[in-house]
Amino acid sequence: MKKGVLTITDLSKSFDGLSVVKNFNLVISQGEFVTLLGPSGCGKTTLLRLIAGFDKPDSGTIMLDDKDIGCTPPEKRQVNTVFQSYALFPHMTVFDNIAFGLKITKTKKSELLSRVQNVLKQTQLESLAHRFPSQLSGGQQQRVAMARAVVNRPRVLLLDEPLSALDARLRQEMQIELKKLQRNLNITTILVTHEQDEALSLSDRIVVMNQGAIAQIGTPREIYEEPKNLYVARFIGEINQLPARVEEVNNSGNLTINVLGKNITIAKEIDCAKGDRVHLLLRPEDLRISGDIDEAMPRFSGSIIDRRYRGATLDTTIRLDTHDITLQACEFFDEDDPDFDYSIGEKVEVSWVPGWEVLLKDET
Amino acid sequence: MKPSSRITIITLLGFWLTIFGGLPLLLLLVTSFLGQHPEKFFELNFSLESYRQLLDSSYLDILLRSIKQAVITTLLCLVISYPFVWLTARMNKRNRNIVLILVMIPFWTNSLIRTYAVRIIIGTNGLLNKMLLGLGLIDSPLRLMYSETAVVIGLIYLMLPFMILPLYANLEKFDYRLVEAARDLGAGNTQIFLRIALPLTLPGIIGGSIMVFVPTMGLFYVASLLGGGKNLLVGNLIHQNFLVSQNWPLGAAMSTALILMLLSMLLAYTFILRKMKSREVAG
Repeated sequence: MKKGVLTITDLSKSFDGLSVVKNFNLVISQGEFVTLLGPSGCGKTTLLRLIAGFDKPDSGTIMLDDKDIGCTPPEKRQVNTVFQSYALFPHMTVFDNIAFGLKITKTKKSELLSRVQNVLKQTQLESLAHRFPSQLSGGQQQRVAMARAVVNRPRVLLLDEPLSALDARLRQEMQIELKKLQRNLNITTILVTHEQDEALSLSDRIVVMNQGAIAQIGTPREIYEEPKNLYVARFIGEINQLPARVEEVNNSGNLTINVLGKNITIAKEIDCAKGDRVHLLLRPEDLRISGDIDEAMPRFSGSIIDRRYRGATLDTTIRLDTHDITLQACEFFDEDDPDFDYSIGEKVEVSWVPGWEVLLKDET
Repeated sequence: MKPSSRITIITLLGFWLTIFGGLPLLLLLVTSFLGQHPEKFFELNFSLESYRQLLDSSYLDILLRSIKQAVITTLLCLVISYPFVWLTARMNKRNRNIVLILVMIPFWTNSLIRTYAVRIIIGTNGLLNKMLLGLGLIDSPLRLMYSETAVVIGLIYLMLPFMILPLYANLEKFDYRLVEAARDLGAGNTQIFLRIALPLTLPGIIGGSIMVFVPTMGLFYVASLLGGGKNLLVGNLIHQNFLVSQNWPLGAAMSTALILMLLSMLLAYTFILRKMKSREVAG
């Protein structure tokens, strides 16, 4: 276990009696990229502002390298932020914007020059050093904001939805650049975002937040493949949710459940008893249609009510003949059968890949 | 806009400017080059006598004193207004409007009457002295009246809104997130003020300063009422030459000199503004 750079313990914050962050606990180790993910209003930005020092916690501690910084003003914290609006200084050139933090700390001129030059190179801004922010494109401004923060070599870099102002294509490019820069500099980073694909592709760990509390912490794979609750399952990616009932709990840890009238035994260890209501969760890409279904799996009949060609995949919406349930499926084109397709109204059978399902207890 | 209607508007504007701006200025300029006459307002011959008199040391003294007082007034107005406007611009919209209305209400009263009000407040038996004596802060009344201090107090009181409003118009647009960004990068309050707030609000500061400085040079009645004739300003001289000693050419020459001085300040301001703008607009 690496040493924790940032340790947040029992942190709480409320505004006007409204609790925004509740008993938050998190340990982040050196070089880690952690994403706070959640819908707007889940407290992720407040948490970031607490770490940066713009807001003061009501209770709890924030430790940076064994030092409690909960009451340290932002200018005294070795933490730098990339703001959603970038907040570049309009009256300074790119160079002066980036050098601002170093000038404030009275860094030696020679060191200042070499560090700014170095960061300019890493962010490919060398040729723009003497431009003003208004003369830059959105992506270039974003890079200046990044450079201005990392040049100070912060212990923790905070990113407040840094890519949200860019268009989709540029965002993809910047994601790659951002990750490269973070890895090269080995800066401990906390990203706040509501974009799940940003969180999945950039993070070492994701903290899914719900109303100021942690819904789940895990690697992107864990969050996506093994959501711990319905909130996380629904928030990350698309998911099909089928009601089921526990028929039998076997000694070996296996469960037999009844899904839409059909029994299936699966190897899942959740704490439940016979008769409990559970949810069977399936990602669109977990589903198999007609010919692809494994022989051991139960089959549900339905019909295609919508098909969407997506280039690499063919997405379909299937309405089951019974139970008034629609499922989203997503199939990859493969080399053997590049022309496969469905017509609307076509009768199909649907099931899923054994073992890819997620079983969650009913929370209501 | 159709070209024809545009021409109409430009013609109308040109007409208006010529009649109310250009013509009086031209008359003033012509008068300043006329000869002086002890009994008539002027003599109809070309003369540089008035301009030569301007260089007279007693007049230069008054000009310098006027500039000094205007500079002091402007600086004090700025120092008083800046923090006030900074806080006002951070308020919510409702409170902001209340504060701005409170600033503007005195505007609706004639400035001459307000100058008399200042007399009542700072006079030897005035409100201020009575209050300070009552509180035991002073033993004998302060003699503020008929001094440069009194003139400056009066000028500040009259000119404060002219500083506050241009500053407000500028500071309202100031992006407070830049302050957070600077703080995040390690800047304390002084650094934030010097490196971020000051340069970005410079147009408002210069604009407000000109709005205060220019009229202050000409506000003769404040100097008469509060300075008691001892503290003549350029405005008083012009006033005297036109209305008392009836020396129109000298008054006109003084006015022309004053106008030229203020005009060059405005030009400098426009130049600075344009330089700042060219940075902010893509080039």
